[in-house]
Amino acid sequence: MTATPATLAPVLPRSPLAARPLRCRSCGADRAPAPVAICDQCLGPLDPVYDPTRPLPDRATIAGRAPSLWRYREWLPFDGLPILSLDTGFTPLVEAPAMARRLGVARAWVKNDTVCHPSLSFKDRVVAAAINAAAAFGLDTIGCASTGNLANAVAAHAARAGLKAWIFIPDELEAGKVVGTSVYGATLVRVRGTYDDVNRLCAQVADRFGWGVVNVNLRSYYGEGSKTVAYEIAEQLGWRLPSAVVAPMAGGSLLTKLRKGFGEFVEAGLVSGPAPRLYGAQAAGCAPIVRLVERGDGPLEPEIPRTICRSLAIGNPADGAFAARAIRETGGWAAAVSDDALVAGIRVLAEDVGVFGETAAGVTTAAALALGRADRLRPDDELVLCITGHGLKTLEAVSGALPEAPIIAPRLRDVAALVERS
Amino acid sequence: MAITVNLPSVLAAHAGGARVIEATGRTLGEAVADVAARYPTLGPRLRDADGKPYPFVNFYLNDEDVRFRGGFAAPVRDGDEVTVIPAIAGG
Repeated sequence: MTATPATLAPVLPRSPLAARPLRCRSCGADRAPAPVAICDQCLGPLDPVYDPTRPLPDRATIAGRAPSLWRYREWLPFDGLPILSLDTGFTPLVEAPAMARRLGVARAWVKNDTVCHPSLSFKDRVVAAAINAAAAFGLDTIGCASTGNLANAVAAHAARAGLKAWIFIPDELEAGKVVGTSVYGATLVRVRGTYDDVNRLCAQVADRFGWGVVNVNLRSYYGEGSKTVAYEIAEQLGWRLPSAVVAPMAGGSLLTKLRKGFGEFVEAGLVSGPAPRLYGAQAAGCAPIVRLVERGDGPLEPEIPRTICRSLAIGNPADGAFAARAIRETGGWAAAVSDDALVAGIRVLAEDVGVFGETAAGVTTAAALALGRADRLRPDDELVLCITGHGLKTLEAVSGALPEAPIIAPRLRDVAALVERS
Repeated sequence: MAITVNLPSVLAAHAGGARVIEATGRTLGEAVADVAARYPTLGPRLRDADGKPYPFVNFYLNDEDVRFRGGFAAPVRDGDEVTVIPAIAGG
């Protein structure tokens, strides 16, 4: 018998990966697995269908797996083991007592997706799902329409997987988002117009070129990656649910997937208790979902975005109506905040929690503060803020608001003078 | 010269396999009604029984979302280009 060396590198999984079948959320029509996100009967959205008899892991089994979103793989839309982007997810849940005091709640945590791998935003989660779908379908090119974070994620994941990437963004994005995409060797295309123009173009691109455009024709698989935020929050709280979650809204998908994720863990018996109240955050210059929540009913009315928070600047959010419903049905609410308030929110988050978030993080923090002031939160709340992207991507949003650092000679007395004045 | 209507591939089967068809009308709603009359299985996928647009189906008139132009009441004229896009993309 030969002894196995303890230092062997882990063996890469080589099992065939298959994407799950799809079903229309509107009319219920079934569809074989395919890079298609739209029902050919009614044009409704397609969702993956899971086998209700599949064996599900218990808490101990999940806790014993590698610290990535794939520890919840039974709730992700594949049969077999994932083959790409194996290290994404399982980001820290950081307790934030100063933030809790500021919000007037019992306890608060930050779900810190500013350190999600490999591109420092929660979009790494959805791309981890989408790129495995692309692999399952044998696609050699992926792409996206993006407000920035998704562009970074698609470019990074494609580079690691050796896939070609075509990435479409509005022409006026922050430098960090542009450089953080081009550096990976992706084909980056800047489109004159808003994200909604880019998105419409990409729907046509996906239709024409047969690529895996992650948030268009791979969207059914892509969206499921967002659920892992909910799974991680539940596990990291010690297998229980928070009472409230505040999350940013762009297309609105994250809110609906948080609800689905929490619900699936309750259904699996991994956690119990009432569903968390979901609160949505948008910038006032682009708040079609907040306004739909406030109106209470009727169709979503698209807007032309006017905000420095470009990562949330989607005036025609595809999942807006579903997000508004998730908010209303869980007993939550929504808030829109000004650009000045979101910049202040970035600073509050950094100073209270030690987490530097991008503009969407500022929106989320400022919206939570507004909800607290409006008595929408409860004193006994255990609240999680979803912080979805790193602040180094949007330096220009906050740099002008910070105090200028003094420049001194390399002399101790210059430091002493500063200490004296501080 | 008529109005050009670009269909997504998922709807082409309902227009005899064509991705591009022509329509006539003074408003977008009339143009959609004209298409619906000529392609009976396509009509119900573009508008509901009351002739109203679905939330899942977006119409663009010369690349502009028609909801900013009055929806189905938006005036159209010969040479205009209408593009039908399922609303599921994005985010």
